[in-house]
Amino acid sequence: MISTQLFKKIKPLIFFAIFLPSLFWSYQFINGALGVNPIEKLMDNMGEMALRLIVLTLFISSLSEFKKFRFLIEVRRMIGLFAFFYVTCHFLIYIALDHFFDMTFIIKDIIKRPFITFGFISFIFLIPLAITSPKIILKKLGFKVWKKIHYLIYPAAILSSVHFYMLVRANKIEPAIYIFLILVLLVYRLYCKIIYPQLVR
Amino acid sequence: MKILPSEITPYKNYLNRRKFIKSSIATSLVLGASSGIQANHVSNQNIYNNQLDENDSLNSFEEITTYNNFYEFGMGKTDPAENSGDFKPKPWSISLEGLINNPQVLDLEKLLRNVTIEDRVYRLRCVEAWSMVIPWQGFPLAEIIKMADPLSSAKFIQFVTVFRPEEMPGQKRKLLPWPYVEGLRMDEAMHPLTILSTGLYGHDLLNQSGAPLRLVVPWKYGFKSIKSISSIRFVDKQPDATWSMLAPSEYGFYSNVNNLVDHPRWSQGTERRIGEFKRRKTMMYNGYEEEVGHLYKGMDLRKYY
Repeated sequence: MISTQLFKKIKPLIFFAIFLPSLFWSYQFINGALGVNPIEKLMDNMGEMALRLIVLTLFISSLSEFKKFRFLIEVRRMIGLFAFFYVTCHFLIYIALDHFFDMTFIIKDIIKRPFITFGFISFIFLIPLAITSPKIILKKLGFKVWKKIHYLIYPAAILSSVHFYMLVRANKIEPAIYIFLILVLLVYRLYCKIIYPQLVR
Repeated sequence: MKILPSEITPYKNYLNRRKFIKSSIATSLVLGASSGIQANHVSNQNIYNNQLDENDSLNSFEEITTYNNFYEFGMGKTDPAENSGDFKPKPWSISLEGLINNPQVLDLEKLLRNVTIEDRVYRLRCVEAWSMVIPWQGFPLAEIIKMADPLSSAKFIQFVTVFRPEEMPGQKRKLLPWPYVEGLRMDEAMHPLTILSTGLYGHDLLNQSGAPLRLVVPWKYGFKSIKSISSIRFVDKQPDATWSMLAPSEYGFYSNVNNLVDHPRWSQGTERRIGEFKRRKTMMYNGYEEEVGHLYKGMDLRKYY
């Protein structure tokens, strides 16, 4: 079993492991090593990384309830913030590189295309989570309020995985796996927090 | 950002690849004396440049052959270039079937002796809102239609891609219902812009580009230009087309490039020309309105998208 103390020591390593892909892809982008449609590739990479990290934080939330995996909670905030970082990169690439700040077009695109609408709402939901992530704010809000805000991760996760699902043209197995994982984790959470307590009462 | 050394000097890029390309002089000399199984492609940069429309420049050989949608070899854009090594485009035959006077199985080598290979520089616009400019070599589809001698009842043509799961790894999985099929209305098929292509940049088609024979219909979204064709069927009703069957609300049978009718997932108003940073405005019928607009006169293009 890994102790929380030991885990804290390797936290910097985890930090770099998650940060590195963004540096690597940016380097590849600048050097023309992302294929012949580099903007699309960079945007896809960032978006998919964000989705993976979102699913990872959900896993951590559920797993860390078990004594054996309690240490994982140490990195949940960091991974959540990285998810927000990657989503922000994904969104900024869409605005700045894909559409070159053509705001009338972008606003129309967000409203008109359901898959972009879903992705955008998901991004909006993640903003309060990022803002309320510092410990000071958690203390100011109180744990109950803070927790309520952070339940937003579930609709955000569902919307972002559906966003990915709708983007893929055929063989939607990969995005379907993300949706499935998120729903399983959500149902498990609901069971633990709402259904099970009522059963034992 | 290092966009496009190739866009500025596509020819230089092309010359670098000459080791796989027959020298243009040698090709010109042997032209007519059909040597290989494939057509003789003349690679002449001046011809390409003369055919280029204003504001267009050729995409490089590398761009054209490493960024492909060809699900028979996988769903990723680089999958076709990476996974098509086992595909054997020769020998090849095409069967002509259906409502015709001359049903037959055509040997590609023999067929190519009876047609003149022409250069055609066309824009290719993908439904995913990216585009390229490609110097194709090929011959008008109308030539094959004449050989088939269709009955007057033949109103449409359906094309079928070869089904070889041992050579096309994507076909081992149910990515799409195989084999891939596409179709054209007879007047679209007979249109002089519609060609069957055997090469690009003076080079036989690579497997990822649809070797050895593919359709090119420049005013329609790229998925209409079916690759590695094994049979051509003449029918009296609008035939099935793979994407149109799969998601009829997204992909119509006609699928003409139309900047005014949006796809639910992609705005069709703009496109990214591969190699360029800023998006371009998409042109009606991909810029071929003058040539093909009359085919659709009086049709409601919102209904027949």
